[in-house]
Amino acid sequence: MSAPAVARARGGSRLRGAGPGGTLAGTGLLLRFMLRRDRVRLAVWSASVVALWLYVVTAFGALYSTAEERQARAALMTTPASVMMTGPGYGLEDYTLGAMVANELLLWVALALAIMSVLEIVRHTRAEEESGRAELVRAGAVGRHAPAVAAMLLVLVVNVVVAVLSGAVLVAGGLDAGDSAVLVVAAALTALVFAAVAVVTCQLTAHGRGAAGLALAVFGAAALVRAAGDIQERHGSALSWFSPIAWAQQTRVFVDTRLWPLVPSAVLVVLLLVLGAVLASRRDHGAGMLPDRRGRADARPSLRSPVALAWRQQRTALAWWTLGAGLMWLASGTYVDGVGDMIGDLAETNPAVAQIFGADGGQGLVDAFVAVILLYAVLAALGYGIAAVLRAGAEEAEGRAEVALALPVSRGRWLGAQLVVAEAGAAVLVLAGGAGTALGALSVGVDDPAAWTYLLAAASYLPAVAVVLGLAAALYAWWPRLAGLAWAVLALVFVVGMFGDALDLPDAVQGLSPLWWVPRVPAEDPRLLPVVVLAGVAVTLHVLAFAGFRRRDVPAR
Amino acid sequence: MTTSTERAPGGPAIEIHDLRKTFGTTHALDGLDLTVRPGEVAGFLGPNGAGKSTAIRVLLGLLRPTSGHVRLLGGDPWADAVALHRRLAYVPGDVSLWPNLTGGEAIDLLGRLRGDQGRAAARRRQELLERFELDPTKKARTYSKGNRQKVALVAAFAADVELLVLDEPTSGLDPLMEAVFTELLREAKAQGRSVLLSSHIMSEVEKVCDTVTIIRRGRAVESGTLQELRHLTRSAVTAVVGGDPAPLAALPGVHDLATTADGDGTRVTFDVENDQMGDVLAAVAPLGVRSFTATPPSLEELFLRHYGDELAAGGGSATGAAR
Ligand SMILES: Nc1ncnc2c1ncn2[C@@H]1O[C@H](COP(=O)(O)OP(=O)(O)OP(=O)(O)O)[C@@H](O)[C@H]1O
Ligand SMILES: [Mg+2]
Repeated sequence: MSAPAVARARGGSRLRGAGPGGTLAGTGLLLRFMLRRDRVRLAVWSASVVALWLYVVTAFGALYSTAEERQARAALMTTPASVMMTGPGYGLEDYTLGAMVANELLLWVALALAIMSVLEIVRHTRAEEESGRAELVRAGAVGRHAPAVAAMLLVLVVNVVVAVLSGAVLVAGGLDAGDSAVLVVAAALTALVFAAVAVVTCQLTAHGRGAAGLALAVFGAAALVRAAGDIQERHGSALSWFSPIAWAQQTRVFVDTRLWPLVPSAVLVVLLLVLGAVLASRRDHGAGMLPDRRGRADARPSLRSPVALAWRQQRTALAWWTLGAGLMWLASGTYVDGVGDMIGDLAETNPAVAQIFGADGGQGLVDAFVAVILLYAVLAALGYGIAAVLRAGAEEAEGRAEVALALPVSRGRWLGAQLVVAEAGAAVLVLAGGAGTALGALSVGVDDPAAWTYLLAAASYLPAVAVVLGLAAALYAWWPRLAGLAWAVLALVFVVGMFGDALDLPDAVQGLSPLWWVPRVPAEDPRLLPVVVLAGVAVTLHVLAFAGFRRRDVPAR
Repeated sequence: MTTSTERAPGGPAIEIHDLRKTFGTTHALDGLDLTVRPGEVAGFLGPNGAGKSTAIRVLLGLLRPTSGHVRLLGGDPWADAVALHRRLAYVPGDVSLWPNLTGGEAIDLLGRLRGDQGRAAARRRQELLERFELDPTKKARTYSKGNRQKVALVAAFAADVELLVLDEPTSGLDPLMEAVFTELLREAKAQGRSVLLSSHIMSEVEKVCDTVTIIRRGRAVESGTLQELRHLTRSAVTAVVGGDPAPLAALPGVHDLATTADGDGTRVTFDVENDQMGDVLAAVAPLGVRSFTATPPSLEELFLRHYGDELAAGGGSATGAAR
C-alpha cells in the first residue's frame, strides 16, 4: 500500500468511527477546542450562576428566617407585578425557603443559562461561518454537522456542570437534595431548549447577530406567555403551558414535586435538533435561507456621512427590535386589565397585601405592575444599546473603522456617528416600551394611569440609560479589550432591578445601578434631581469616551 | 488649519525619519527612514511582519508613533489627519467593506466622504468600473476577495488626490486586472501624483516604481532607485582564462571564487560587487581571457537576499549598503 493510500484508509476508518456518513467526523476534537477557547468565558458564566443560587439561598435564609416573615413575603408574591417577575406561585400557603427559591429564582436562572447557551451556540456555529473561519475547519476532516453537534455538546456539558455545582450549593444551603436536583435539572433543560432553538435560528439567517436575536426573542415570547398565563390564574392557566419556561416551573419543586412536566422540554430539544439538522443539510455553507439579492449600483444621495453609514448598518436590527419589543410591551400592557380583576380577590384572600396596596382602591397595584413592565422595557433597551455601542469595536476589529478614518473623517465624528445611532436606537426602544404598554392598556379599556404617564415614566429612564451606554462607550474608547465589561454592568443593573429589594441589598450597592436612582413612575412621583444628576454623569462619560478615542491607536492592539 | 498643512513647494510627499513604534514588547518599527518625493512612485518592500502596514497606519494618523519624525504632505499625520486625508487615498492590505452595502454604494460613500462631487467624478467612476470589470450591484459580503479589492481601488483611483497610499493592492487580483492596475498607476504618475506602494510582487515594483525601500524588522535595509540598488549588489562572473586566476580572490569585492580545469585553460566563477567591477576587469584582462560572462542580479535575487536570513549571516556589501 502506498503512503497516501495508508493515510486515506486511516482517515476513512476515523470517519466511519465518528458517525453515520462521516457528517459528525471531528466532533470530539471540535468540542475540546471549543472548551479550550471559551474556558474563561464559560467559567465566568458558570461561576456567576452558581453564585446567584448561593447568594439568594443564603440571603433568603437570613432575611426570611421566621415563618411570619416568609408569609409576609408570600403575600407580596401574589401581586401581578410579582407574578410577572417570578413564577406560578406554588407553595405560597406555606412559603418555605425551598418554595421561595424555586418560585422567585428559577425564571432568572433559566434566563441566564439560556442567554449563555444561545450565545455559545451562535458563537461556535453561525458566527464562525460568517467570519469565514469555519471554512478552514470544515476543509479538514470535519463533517457537516460536527460544529453544531459539538456546540450543543459543549452547552450540555456546561449546563450539567452548572447544575451539579448549583445543586451542591442548594443542599449546602439546607435544602432537600432530591428537590434541589429537580430544580437545577429543570433550569438546565430549559436552557437546552433555547440552545436548540438557537441551532434552528442559526440555519435561518446568515448573520450570527440575527440568529442570537431571534433565539432570545423566542425566550422573551416564552416568558411573556408564561407571565400572561400565570397572571390569569394562580398556579398557571392553560395559556402558561404553551411556554417551556412554565414546564420547568410546573414541577412544583419543594412543594409537591412532579417530574413529568420536564418530558415536553426533553422532547422539544430533540425535535428542534432534528429540525436544525434537516435545515442544515439543505443549505450551502455560509448561506441563509434567502439568497442575497442584488442592490443599487450607486448610493442614494443621503448616504454621505458617517451617521448615514451607521444608520444604514444598524437600521435593520433596530427595526426588528422595535417591532418585537413593541409587540411584547403591547401584549404586557393588555394584562393591566387582568390586574384590575385580581385586586378584588386579593383584598379578600390577602389582607396584608390589601393593606399595602389597597388604600387607593388597588391603583397602587396597577402602578406597580406598570412600573415593572417599564423596567423590563428599559433593561431590554439597554441590552440592545450595549450591543449597538460595542458594534464600534467590531467595525474596528474588521478593518472598516480604518477605511473610514483614512478618509477626511475625524475620530470624534466617526465615534459620534456610531454612538448617536446606537443610543438613539436604545432611546427609541425605551419609548416604544412606554408607548406599547400604554397602547396595550388602552386597548383593553384601562385609562388610569393616563397614557402620557407611561411615556413620562419611560422617558425618565433615558438619562440612566445614557449613563450605562456612556460607560460602555468610555470602556470601548479607552480599553477596547475591556469593552465587554459593559455586559457585567448590565448584569449588575439587572440584579439590582430584580432582586435589590428582595435581597435587601444595601443602598450603597443598589446605588451602583444608574436605574436605581430613577423614580419608578407611575408607582412613585417623578423627581427632577436624579434626572439632572444622571444626565450630568452621562455627559461626563461621553466626554471621556471622545477624549480617549482621540488618543489611542486604531486598530487598538 | 489648512494653511499649516499646505505643502511647501518641492517638499517631500512623505518624510519619515528614525520612526519607532512599539506594541508592548514588539518593535514593529525600529528606526525607519523613508522619503517619497512629489510625483514619485515609491515601492515599499519587506518580508511578512516587517512593518510595512504599521508604517502606513502611522502615516495615516491611525497609529501614534512611539518616537521619530513623520511628515505627510507637509503636515503632521496625527494632528492634521482630516485635512491631509482630503489629499490622499488609501487602499488597505485586507479590504473589509460594509457587508450590507453594494460595491457601488461603497464607492460612492468613500468618494462623498472625501468630498469628491460632480460629473467628472461620476464619469471617472464609470470608466474605472468598466476597466476593472466590476459589477457594482452586488452586496459587499458576496464579493470575492479580488472584487473587494477592486472596490477599494476604484474608489482610490477615482479620487482627485495628490498621494495614493496602497498596501499590497494587487494581492487578490488576476493577471489581467494586475495589468489594469499597473496602467492606472502609470497614469497617476503621469498626472504628477505621488504613490507609496507596498508590495511583494517584484515584477510590479520593477515595472512602475521609481524608487524602492526594502525594510526588515522595522528598519530600512536598502533604499534608492532600482539602478542604484542593482549597483549595490553583486554580479555572477564566469570566465575562462589562460593564466592563474588565484590572485583574483584577494581583490576587494570578489566573493566565492572557484576554479575548475577547462581544456588547457582554467574556468573561474565568482561573484563580484558591482561597484568593484572596473578593478576586477582590469585584473582579469592580463590573464588571457578566452570567454567572459557577467550576469547582473535579477530583482528577485536582490529581494530574496534581503528577505532571507543571509543578510545577517554574510553578504558584506548588502550590510554595508544599509543605511
Ligand atoms: N496591533 C498590533 N499589536 C501588536 N503587534 C502588532 C500590531 N500590529 C502589528 N504588529 C506587529 O508588528 C509587526 C509588523 O506588522 P505589519 O503588519 O506592519 O507587517 P507587514 O510588513 O505589513 O507584513 P505583511 O507583509 O505580512 O503585510 C509584526 O510583527 C506584527 O506582529
Ligand atoms: Mg501588511
